[in-house]
Amino acid sequence: MSVDLHTREIKPLRQTFAHVAQYVGDDKPASRYLEATLGAQSTANFHYRPTWDPAHELFDKTRSAVVLTDWQALRDPRQYYYGTWTMARARQQDAIEANYQFIEDRGLVGKMPEAVRSKASRVLIPLRHAAWGGNMNNCSIGAYGYGAILTAPAMFHAMDQLGVAQYITRLGLTLDEPGALDTGKKDWLEEACWQPLRHYVEDTLVLQDPMELFVAQNLALDGQLYPLMFGSFVDDHLVPLGGTAVAMLSAFMPEWHAESARWIDAVLKVAAAESEANRTLIAGWVQTWSDRAQAALAPVAELALGAEGQSALEDARTSLNARCKKAGLAA
Amino acid sequence: MSNVFIAFQSNEESRPIIEAILADNPHAVAVHTVGLVKIDAPDELRIKRETIEEIIGKRYNLQELQLSLVTLSGYIDEDDDQFTLSWNH
Repeated sequence: MSVDLHTREIKPLRQTFAHVAQYVGDDKPASRYLEATLGAQSTANFHYRPTWDPAHELFDKTRSAVVLTDWQALRDPRQYYYGTWTMARARQQDAIEANYQFIEDRGLVGKMPEAVRSKASRVLIPLRHAAWGGNMNNCSIGAYGYGAILTAPAMFHAMDQLGVAQYITRLGLTLDEPGALDTGKKDWLEEACWQPLRHYVEDTLVLQDPMELFVAQNLALDGQLYPLMFGSFVDDHLVPLGGTAVAMLSAFMPEWHAESARWIDAVLKVAAAESEANRTLIAGWVQTWSDRAQAALAPVAELALGAEGQSALEDARTSLNARCKKAGLAA
Repeated sequence: MSNVFIAFQSNEESRPIIEAILADNPHAVAVHTVGLVKIDAPDELRIKRETIEEIIGKRYNLQELQLSLVTLSGYIDEDDDQFTLSWNH
C-alpha cells in the first residue's frame, strides 16, 4: 500500500475582523497592533452618566476641545499593544540591569570625583517627583481621553513614567545614602530653584482637557526636560568630568524619550491636520505651555549647568520647536 | 536575464518585510503558497532596512529577517542598511 501526501491550500474567508477591515480593507491581513486596538473603545449603551461628572457620558469625546470625526485615526507609529510594549521594555530593563552589574562589579560609583557624584545626586533625585507627575497625568489621559488607540499608549506611557521615577530612585540609592531621597524631596518641596517646576507639575495635575494635558505634559514639559537633563547635563556635562557611570545608569531615559517622541508627534500631527480650528487650538496650547515649561526649567538649568544652563535650555526649546514645526504646529 | 528569489515563512513577522520588498522592487512578484511566500525578481532584489523600519515603526536589525527566511538564490551583498540579491560579482 502506498500513501500519497498532498498539500491543500485553504484560503481564509476573511483576512481580519470586520471592524478592522472597515479601516484597512480585507485584501490583506491586518497587523496585530490594529487588531488589538481598533474597535476596543466602548461607544454606546452607557445607560447612566457618572455621578461625578453628569455633564458627560462615561466615555465622551467632548471632554476635549479638540474635535475629530474619527478618534481611531490617532495611531501610534511604534505599533505598541500590550505584548510588544512589555517585550520592548523587558529588553531595555535587561540592558539597564547589565549596566548596574557592570558598574557595581567595578565599584565605578566610588571612583567618580566627589563633586560630580554629589552634583548628580542633587540635580537628578528631585526629578523623580516630576516623573511621578508625568505618571499621574498620563493616567488621567488614559482615563478621560477618548479612543483606545490613544488611551492605551497613554497608559503605557504612564507606566513608563513610573519606570523613570523608579530608575531615578535606584540611581539615587546607588549614588548616595538612602537619606538622599529625603533630601531630594525636601529640595523639591522647599528649595527655591525647584518651585517653578513643581508649580508647573501641580498645575497640570488638575488640567481637565485630556488633549491639553497631553500637550502640556508630554510635549511641552518632557520635550524640554529630557534633552536638558539627560542630554545637556548628564551626557554633555557630567560624562567629560568623570560621570560616565551616571550616564550608563540613566541610559533608559534618553532612549525612551526619543522613542516616545515619535508617538507624541504623530498624535498631534494627525489631530492638528484634521481642521484649522484644531490646529489653532493645539498650536496655542503648545505655545503657552512650552513658554511656561521653559521658564519653569530655567532655575533648574542654572542649578545643573550654571552659566551655561540658559543656552542649553534654549537649545532644548529650539529642538522642541523643530519637532512642532515638523508636526504642522507653528510654535 | 535570470531571476533571483527569496522565500519567507508566511507569518506576522515576515509580513512587513514582504511589504517593504514589494515597495522597493516594483519589478518583483510575490507568489503566496501554503505557509510560504516566494518573491521572484529579474536580475536584482534589494531589501532596505529603512523601508522595513518605516512600516513597523521601530528599529530593525536586518539580520532578524533570517528568523523567517526559508530559502533564496543569488549572490548576497549585505550590510547594516541593505540586503541585495543579484547575479553580479
